Amino acid sequence: MREKIVYELKSLYRDSFRIRGYEFGKGEDSICVIGSLRGNEVQQMYICSLLIERLKQLESQGYLTNTCKILVIPCANTYSLNLESRFWPSDGTDINRMFPGYNLGETTQRIADGLFERIKDCKYGVQLTSFYIPGHFSTHVRMMKTGFEDIEEAKHFGLSSIVVRSPRPYDTTTLNYNWQIWCCKAYSLYTKACEEIDEKTAKEAAEAILRFMYEKGIISYPVLGGYKSEIVDEDRMVSIKSSSGGFLKTLVDVDEQVFIGQTLAIIYDPYTHVELEKIISSQEGKVFFIHAKSMVYAHTSIVKIKRNI
Amino acid sequence: MIETFASVSLPIDEKYKLTKQRIQNGTSKKRICVVTGIHGDELEGQYVAYQLQQKIREVYDQLDGIVDIYPCMNPLGMDSIQRKVPMFDLDMNRIFPGDEDGSMVEYLAYCIIQDIKGADLVIDIHASNAYLVELPQLRINELFKEKLVPMSKWVNANFVWIHSTSTILESTLGYCLNKLNTPTLVLEMGIGSRLTLEYGENSVQGLLNAMHQLGMLKNEYPVMEPIIGYDQEIRFLNAQCAGLFISEMEVNTPVKKGQVIGMIVDPLSGNKLCEVISDWDGLLFTIRKYPICNEGSLIGRILEGKQ
Repeated sequence: MREKIVYELKSLYRDSFRIRGYEFGKGEDSICVIGSLRGNEVQQMYICSLLIERLKQLESQGYLTNTCKILVIPCANTYSLNLESRFWPSDGTDINRMFPGYNLGETTQRIADGLFERIKDCKYGVQLTSFYIPGHFSTHVRMMKTGFEDIEEAKHFGLSSIVVRSPRPYDTTTLNYNWQIWCCKAYSLYTKACEEIDEKTAKEAAEAILRFMYEKGIISYPVLGGYKSEIVDEDRMVSIKSSSGGFLKTLVDVDEQVFIGQTLAIIYDPYTHVELEKIISSQEGKVFFIHAKSMVYAHTSIVKIKRNI
Repeated sequence: MIETFASVSLPIDEKYKLTKQRIQNGTSKKRICVVTGIHGDELEGQYVAYQLQQKIREVYDQLDGIVDIYPCMNPLGMDSIQRKVPMFDLDMNRIFPGDEDGSMVEYLAYCIIQDIKGADLVIDIHASNAYLVELPQLRINELFKEKLVPMSKWVNANFVWIHSTSTILESTLGYCLNKLNTPTLVLEMGIGSRLTLEYGENSVQGLLNAMHQLGMLKNEYPVMEPIIGYDQEIRFLNAQCAGLFISEMEVNTPVKKGQVIGMIVDPLSGNKLCEVISDWDGLLFTIRKYPICNEGSLIGRILEGKQ
């Protein structure tokens, strides 16, 4: 393992901002795994740390190759993580909306440029990322239809779902989108948690990435198990929304099978505990996403169900 | 008449309400909309919303048409001095046209579009951010310049910046309304979290003139002719290092090539770190007022070749 500084930026009073990368193996830049780009992506960084721990073991046991180089970047936004702020502390910008970056531009454009210059030529790119609404996801691979996407290869992660969606205008400045434009096969990986560590799905994600590496010949250690992945167009996700605000009690968990008419959650009056609303399933399928805050707004997705075909 | 056109329940005893003031007189259905406060830390439009109503009251008998004033599209952001919608840290001006079936903020964005679309002219007033002062300027996407540049001369802005298309800007209110054939001018002026009364007064004069041009008011209101500039004439000054930026420069100042715009210093060591120097002759139309900067922080913008 070789630890490298991928990018560094001096500050007036804070310690320098650094993006550290951990390289394994030799040869071409085969795969880059990147953890937190936002300051609340704790789980994402944790997964990378597990991956580095495992890759160190595999390296010492001779399971890495001389033709494939692996780069793991656990965190590209230490300044925000240290402050528990999702976005760049001094101007509120999102590094994951700054790609491909600009070396003469503003601070986060320069950070994105410095990072992207190092990782844009990788054959495969895996980003561990998060959604802006707080909630728990079923662990899955997510891809955008850019015309460059390779859905078949995503099956090598062995996760139960590969979600495919059309990009929206604001997606065009994300790392995943730009990786694809630069001909890197890019995948976003979502797990149950974001701001806190969920050990079970963190291990599931780290194992899925190792499985992908094995299937692509990047490591020689076989990672068995996994699912036969199902490709799911995002249109198949049915969002069950609240019409009231209040305390939220969820009655189901991610990956649970639900049926039409089942009560998925209840919203209570925050003053009196009077039941305001039952969130009822309109579909038969598997819970794919569930809102994870104790208080909820009206017009909010409480549960997303991957509808059975 | 004050109307609530969208309302969503928050968890405890409060609704996220979007409100507007409708001033209507005469028989004409001509409609002008003044929208502001999409970013909660931009307050220059607040003064315009107030002062415009004061002025309209003076000439109400002349008014023939509808004036809709939307003073605050992000009330929770404004209350908490945040640019974005606080609970989600979401930039409202990146989710238009919204989604009737989407999450709360997407739904509210949808309601805004539905309420405004079809107007004869929309002015979406922004106020830079906490860091930079902007000379009042209209930002026009080149896709819509044929229709919007003639209108841009109505509203008393100093400068019109015609910029190239960018996919990410397709999710702004201005782009979406223009795509829906609702002419929308995006006005950027002043600085975040503050009022610049002179700019507000000028904008009100411009809005009254726009109403005159639309046939909604008989009186004429003199306005300035804006300078027109394109992307290729815009020059950026970015900080070469982190430090404290010191400058006494103001916007609307002609600058010469080689002129010192300011300097970046280190208060810890007491050393001057670098000078910020213009490489161009032109008009300084943006200048940093928040003095702490990182490497890359925007220090200013110059419209090259114009004075």
